[in-house]
Amino acid sequence: MFAYYLDLALRSLKRNKVLTALMVLAIAVGIGASMTTLTVMHLLSGDPLPGRSQHIFYPQVDASPAGYAKGGPLDMLDYRSAVDLWSAHRADRQALLAGSDVKVRAPDARVPPLMVPMLATTSDFFAMFKVPFRYGSAWTAADAASRARVAVISSNLNDRLFGGADSVGKTLRLKDSDVRIVGVMDAWRPSPLFYDVRAGRFAEGQTSSFYDKPEDVFMPFFSGLEVNDGNFWQFTCWGNVATPGHLQDAPCVWVGLWVQLDSAAKVADYRAFIAHYAQQQKALGRFATTQTRMPSLMQWLVFNHVVPSDVKLQTWLAFAFLAICLFNMIGLLLAKFLRRSSEIGVRRALGASRGAIFAQCLVEAGMVGVVGGIGGWLLTLLGLWLVRRQPVEYADLAHLDIGMLGLTFALAVVASLMAGFLPALRASRVAPALQLKTL
Amino acid sequence: MQIKPILSALRKHRLSTILIALEIALACAVLCNACFMISQRVSATHIDSGVDETSLATVQLTGYDSTQAPDVDARALAALRAVPGVQSVSLLNSIPFGSRRGTAGITTDAAGEHFGGVIEFYVGGPGSLQTLGAKLVAGRAPQMDDFHAFTGFMPDEGSVQITQALAEHLWPGADPLGKEFWVLKSHYRVVGVLKSLVRPDPTGWTPEQRQWSVFLPAQPGPYLTGSYLLRASPGDLPRVLRDALAALAKAVPEVVIDRENSHTLGELRHDVFKNDRAMAGMLVGVIAALLLVTSLGIVGLASFWVQQRRRQIGIRRAIGATRSDILHYFQTENFLIVTGGIVLGMVLAFAINLLLMQRYELPRLPLYYLPIGALVLWALGQLAVLGPALRAAAVPPVVATRSV
Repeated sequence: MFAYYLDLALRSLKRNKVLTALMVLAIAVGIGASMTTLTVMHLLSGDPLPGRSQHIFYPQVDASPAGYAKGGPLDMLDYRSAVDLWSAHRADRQALLAGSDVKVRAPDARVPPLMVPMLATTSDFFAMFKVPFRYGSAWTAADAASRARVAVISSNLNDRLFGGADSVGKTLRLKDSDVRIVGVMDAWRPSPLFYDVRAGRFAEGQTSSFYDKPEDVFMPFFSGLEVNDGNFWQFTCWGNVATPGHLQDAPCVWVGLWVQLDSAAKVADYRAFIAHYAQQQKALGRFATTQTRMPSLMQWLVFNHVVPSDVKLQTWLAFAFLAICLFNMIGLLLAKFLRRSSEIGVRRALGASRGAIFAQCLVEAGMVGVVGGIGGWLLTLLGLWLVRRQPVEYADLAHLDIGMLGLTFALAVVASLMAGFLPALRASRVAPALQLKTL
Repeated sequence: MQIKPILSALRKHRLSTILIALEIALACAVLCNACFMISQRVSATHIDSGVDETSLATVQLTGYDSTQAPDVDARALAALRAVPGVQSVSLLNSIPFGSRRGTAGITTDAAGEHFGGVIEFYVGGPGSLQTLGAKLVAGRAPQMDDFHAFTGFMPDEGSVQITQALAEHLWPGADPLGKEFWVLKSHYRVVGVLKSLVRPDPTGWTPEQRQWSVFLPAQPGPYLTGSYLLRASPGDLPRVLRDALAALAKAVPEVVIDRENSHTLGELRHDVFKNDRAMAGMLVGVIAALLLVTSLGIVGLASFWVQQRRRQIGIRRAIGATRSDILHYFQTENFLIVTGGIVLGMVLAFAINLLLMQRYELPRLPLYYLPIGALVLWALGQLAVLGPALRAAAVPPVVATRSV
């Protein structure tokens, strides 16, 4: 029966090519627009660390004077609190991080000096965030303890300086120090760059910089602070900084601490630990408040409104557009089905049930949906190509994955079936006697 | 033209009529709001910078220590001043539409109780305010003894020039000259008012905050270095910038020239608003696709109705209706449906605008968008229905005598 309906639908669609083309075009354009924006949304609002993110937390305490931090602790930690919490080693894994720009020269490569972003971090960083390596590996805890001059570089920097060759063991000149490369990261593009997300709630929705690429140079935290002293970025300060870029003793927050806690009990313990730390520091007179916060990774992303407001707006717009396309298709299908009232009357008179007419009409609508889905898929590819040409940080991420491809067709078919429902119902209620009389 | 028969005919096609009207309503709502957003984005890109953008360029140096700064600075300045065509060179920490180095929160009392907002400090060396070309509307320009030497991010006291917009925000209705404000313990006194001076990063702030800037005079030193403002005649500027970068590469080979941030101010402005332009372009595309789809829908349904009513048209023609009567019938019918859609659409447009005001801090939709949107949709409807209506008018009266 289904094959027969398909045949009927095909014939009917062929009979009025213009109307069919209009319907296919409408659904294709609607699907193309909404799938393009939905794909971007999906890429930007996804989990940057699938399978691990639920165990990753961002503890915060507040060393700023009373009244300075409103609505919870500041987004980063002061040096002393960060180092205290880190050296207590209460979590399964823990990483300190501090950002700066560093001057890079490679004695082996004929490239003029560059400034690249550098992250000073601790050795757990790579294991905790599942960073892939192309050559070599992370530095060891012993390297970190002996303040060895070692570094991990990004594949991007490795390509620029060494043409992609294995550069492990080679020397880089970072600022004024010689540093040995111990590892080269493989392509790694968490979306967003979650460990650097902060201050999103002050960004007026302009958050596309959260989707930037990871840093190019990674150094052990303490030796990194020595090597690139004078260049570190503060998040905010509540007092004068004697030497900008040297923040160890400055009244500033500038260090991030990420921890991995593998069980609910450990999470509760760690919350108690930082609350206790804050109380202890207040008792010592170093803290003015005991406020703490420890969002999980995904909670932290939500708190920072990571998805740029323009992207959300585009998604709304695309769905309004899809709705218009659907209204359009309902109207056209109605016209198409009712135009065949006399044919339907004959079929009804010959014994076809209402259900059969309804099913036949829906098959026709579904067929439009499938063809429209193909068109929508092509338009989605075009749309994503346009997104990739946009001057935004996340442009290179915009690709269609298998899941979204499936969703494109599912959306097209579901949308066209929904659009076909009302016209099909109308068509199935055509009174056969009236139609036969006018025949 | 009698409207009653048209209405009773439409009652027979209630569902199709409602569908088209709903489509028009949704199109009207999206159209009005999208046009409004486009105008917002476009007007944002035309923000008044308050400086002579066309004759200004910046060169940024990094990759050297504060101890090396005086030496690097001396060589760089000498090299820049030697470039033919350069009218002036001065030091300025932040650059309009460029590098941002002086963002700080201020209070309007020494105790730090009354928060005034987060503003931009343009810390500039002698001559930099003149180089910028910012217009002074009250008070005085910086004098030689206003330029203090400093360590840290910026001088901890000074006589400053603030923008009108910031003055109005901090001390509404009052004369800002002589007023004071603080950044923690640092203390500043207003001696001049600038017409405008845009922040380096206007897109990250609400429209009101985009002009919250202060000019703070300072002596070049270890922390005011490496960020140069060049002035040249507008036509010559690209060549001057190119020569300046080449001269610096020779004069200070050991430092890194930050080419990404060394541009003319015109180029920097273009870059700052790239997102807004991309969004406006996308909205234009959506509007075009929207109007296309809507008109195709009208064409499809009108063609169907014409075909369905062929016999009735023939009868009307046979009993004396002229071609133009038939034409007008379909045109009026379309006008009525579109009008219904527009009425609903206006309500919807305001509802969507309210939602956008809450979520995206968009201002209220100005009323004049509604008649414009209505006119566009009326015109679109008439244009779309013209083809089918002409076909209807061409139906010969003889059709009436034939069955089907």
